[in-house]
This record gives sequence, structure tokens and C-alpha cells, in this order.
Amino acid sequence: MTGHHSKVAKVPAATALIRARGLTKRFGSFTAVDGIDFELRRGEAFGFLGPNGAGKSSTMRMIGCVSPPSEGELTILGLDPVADGPAIRARLGVVPQEDTLDVELTVRENLLIYGRYFGLPRAVIRERSARLLDFVQLADRQDDKVEPLSGGMKRRLTIARSLINEPEILLLDEPTTGLDPQARHVVWDRLFRLKQQGVTLVLTTHYMDEAEQLCDRLVVMDAGKIAAGGSPRELIDEYSTPEVLELRFDPAEHETAAEKLAGVPAQRQEVLADRVLLYVRDGDAALAAVRALGLEPLTSLVRRSTMEDVFLRLTGRRLED
Amino acid sequence: MASSALPAPASSAQPAGSAPPAPAGRRAFAVRQLRFWLTDYRRTWRGSIYSSVLNPLLYLGAMGLGLGTLVDRHGRTGLGGVGYLAFLAPGLLAAAAMQTGVGECTYPVFGSVKWNKTYQAAVSSPLRPSDVFHGHLLFVTLRLTMNSALFMAVAAAFGALRSPWVIAALPVAVLTGLAFAAPIEAWSVTRQKDTSFAVIFRFGLIPLFLFSGTFFPITQLPAWIRPVAYLTPLWHGVALCRALSLGNADLGGALVHVGYLAAVVAAGIAVGDRTYRRRLYV
Repeated sequence: MTGHHSKVAKVPAATALIRARGLTKRFGSFTAVDGIDFELRRGEAFGFLGPNGAGKSSTMRMIGCVSPPSEGELTILGLDPVADGPAIRARLGVVPQEDTLDVELTVRENLLIYGRYFGLPRAVIRERSARLLDFVQLADRQDDKVEPLSGGMKRRLTIARSLINEPEILLLDEPTTGLDPQARHVVWDRLFRLKQQGVTLVLTTHYMDEAEQLCDRLVVMDAGKIAAGGSPRELIDEYSTPEVLELRFDPAEHETAAEKLAGVPAQRQEVLADRVLLYVRDGDAALAAVRALGLEPLTSLVRRSTMEDVFLRLTGRRLED
Repeated sequence: MASSALPAPASSAQPAGSAPPAPAGRRAFAVRQLRFWLTDYRRTWRGSIYSSVLNPLLYLGAMGLGLGTLVDRHGRTGLGGVGYLAFLAPGLLAAAAMQTGVGECTYPVFGSVKWNKTYQAAVSSPLRPSDVFHGHLLFVTLRLTMNSALFMAVAAAFGALRSPWVIAALPVAVLTGLAFAAPIEAWSVTRQKDTSFAVIFRFGLIPLFLFSGTFFPITQLPAWIRPVAYLTPLWHGVALCRALSLGNADLGGALVHVGYLAAVVAAGIAVGDRTYRRRLYV
């Protein structure tokens, strides 16, 4: 990864909402975030994509001004997170990885308490709460306790809560982790609408589909470092091929088949535990070439490249496991 | 109001040039956290009032009247010439404040940082860890004031209070409770498991409750152990509350007791500012 700095489009310092240079976070002898650089523009949706333990949450906590950087520069809204934490946090919305709702209180009381933390008058909170609960489709549960709500509802409430101060930047740490597919889609839909509204989103995820759907620009993180950055399209163009041919063989033939596949003209080949991936320009042509070698896969699938392929290429490992 | 209900983005909601509201001062931030605890308390206040009244009723009834009748038969010189009920009531007032202070600063604090994580939610707003800490101490101060006032009302009904000076025992009892609350809260926030709290109750509170002069004068203790009692905040609280209730307090002694208790509170706040920061800013 030569000169990853150049891969992240430069933003003039004056217009950058968040700017990090050599940002580092250590916990004792463990380096969670290892000298990363990034810049964020107003109105964009920016993602940190990487597996668990890549340093995404530590980065988010530093941006959220609840974790002082060990080294490097970090500027948020032109301010220093260590010195101006309260002033910055007044303009941020935070959706933490783990829900921090008061489950003993009602949905509306949670918004009230949180709005009061920002010093908002009751009347303003009441008006915004009604609007936000409508937005996250929880208006009918507003007087219910939080405890019995489903995971997806709690997440949506957390999102509503994070918007109570009309933040300039919304930080979302793994917004849909632990949700079932349907609940994830509801959350994505709401986040997409926020993005359309012009809210600047910063999110971490280890779901490639989440990154592709929501992020205008993202950086791939691995072991505390940024491996690459750009728009999902740019990353796929740069680190993968237009198409991928996925082949599944009889487990007994898996190894030998993988060796024989070296004869097929592919840009790259990845042998996973259960499948072989061939990175090619034309998947159907490649499949014909496989068959021409006398190999008959149990199943074959031609698909477009995704962020998962980019991640595999950059780190040699899979994203979701 | 489907699509019009969308939250307006900050860029359009705030006209260019309008600065966000300036962050409020330290005290205002702590008050915001106090509001959280008051909202939370709305669910449980009824039950807490019952126990605040029941506790003195039971203790003053059983120990003050029941046991006190036996004690008084042996003459009153050992207690400084007053009946056992009058001796006991102000001591229990201070001891009850200690229990309230410790109770409010163990599980509620641990739950906020570990179970519900409402402390983590608070510091993602403009509040700082020290605001979260001070806000909770303000709430504990209110709870101590309530409980101590109710205790004194019950004690007065028992005829256990002797001097009008006893009104000054209310702030002293609150201060005694805070002398436990502040340092213990500073420690509670550092805990990773809730098992340590049982140790505090068993080996800290119960011996203090029994041997700090609440039930008998500490002159009854062996001479070598008395200095230990003088070091505990509870003894100072008990001694001053008792002197005020019996109307025999002297200014010098009162200043020493109040000074000692205030110093413990100040030390607890200084330590807690650090431990809260360390736990919530990681």
C-alpha cells in the first residue's frame, strides 16, 4: 500500500469538518489506532470499514471527544477535542455501538433527559421529540418503557436521541450490528434519508453492503491502519475486477481443482475454505474456460465485485466472519 | 406529517453565522445531570419515602424505647445524664445519613456506568465526567436532606429531640452522608464487578454503624481502639448531631467536626473528578 495518503482525496483544511493527521490511540502496549490520516467534508457520508478490532470504534470515540488521542492531530469543527470537548459535543450526534438508553424510562423521557443535557428548553424538546419519533417510526411507542422494545426499535430510538440537538455531524458506530435483516433495512432507510437531508454521517461498519449503500467515501481499516480509501466504486475499480466467478467443488476435489484453475486466465485467484474465487473481466467467459479444462464445479456464480473483494485483496482476510 | 416530519439538517436549521449556543458553566452542567436523577427518581420516590419513615420508626421503637427502658434503669450517668432515647436518636440520624449516602453511591453509580451505561450517554453530550459526578452528588445531597428531615420528624414525634439547636443537626447529618458518598462514589465508578459492594457493606458499614458511638459512648471501647473511631467520619457526625440535639455543643468542637467532615467530602470530590474522568474518557 504505497502512499495511502494520496488515495484519500485531499480536502482544503478550511472546509474539512474533521481532520486527522497521524492519529494514534494506545491502550498500554496495545496500539488500537496506528497513525491514521483522514479528512471529512460537510454533507458527505464517510465510513470506516473493517473487521472487529481494526480500530474503528477507538477512532469514533476520539472523534466523539470521549477518548483523548495518544498522539497525532485531530481537529473537529475547527476545534481541539481535548480542550473543547463540550463545545464540540454540543454539535455532534452520537449513536454508540452499544445502546446507552435508560431502559427504565419511557421512550419520550429518554429524549427529554438527553435534550436537557444539551440545555434545550422543554418545549423545544417536546416539539423535536414528536418529529423525531415520527421519523424513526416510534410515535406509537412514545409512552412505553424502553426495556421491552426490540433491538431494532432501541437502535432507532438511539438514532432519534442523537438528533435531538440537530447535530452538524452524526457519528454512528456499527449502527446495525446485531439487528435482523429487516430491522437493518429500516435503519438504513432512515440513515439514507438523513443523508439526503444533508446531515454529515460518519459511520463504522463491518458490513460491506452497509458501506456500499450508505458511504460516499470510505477508508478500509485493518489492524489500526488505513489500508486504502476512496468511494466504493473507486475502491472496487482499483482493487478488484469488474466480475467475480465463484466456484464450489466437491470437497474431495477442492484442492486439486484450485490448482488446475491456474490455467484459467484470471487477474487473481482466491482459494477460500469452501469456494474458489476468480477475479476476471468477463465471468461467463471464465466459466467457459473452466469447463474447457474439464473441471465441473458443483455450483458456479458470476457476480459483480463488492467491498468484500476489496477487503480480501487488501488484507488477505474476509470481512465478515 | 410524513416527509415534513424529517429533522431539518443542521446546515439549513441554523442560518449561516449563527453560532451554536455557548457551553454553559460548570454548575449548570452538573444541574443537567441532577435533572436526570430527578426524572429517574420519579419512578421510585414513593417507596423511598416509606423506608425513610419506617427505618427511624423501627430503630427508635425497638432500640430507643424497648432497649432504652432497660438501659435507663441502670442510671443515666454513663450517657451524660440523658435518657437512652435522647442519646440514641441523634446518633442514629447521623448513621442513617451514612447508610443513605453509601446506598446512593454504590449500585446506582455502578449501574449507570456498567449496566445501563447512562453515564456514557451523558458524556457524549456537552457534559464532562466531573459534571456527571457533581450532578449525582447534588442528587445525593437532596436525598440526604429529605431522609434526614423525615428522620428528625419521626424522632421529634418520639420526643427524642431535646434542644432547638437540633435544627442545625440537619445540615450536619447531610454533611456526614456526603463524607461517605463522595469518596465511595469516587471508588464505585472504578469497579468492574458489583461484588466489591457487599464487602463495603459487611466490613465497612456494619462495624462503623455499631462502633462509632451511635449506640453507646465510645468511651466504652478499649482505649487503644478509640483513635480509630475518631478517624471515622461517622463518629464526628454522631458526636456533633448528639451535642446539637442535647443542646450542649460548643463552637470549637463543632468547627473541628464540621472541618473534618468537609475535608473528607473535598478529598472525595478531588479523587472522584479523576476516577470519573479515567472511567468515562478512555
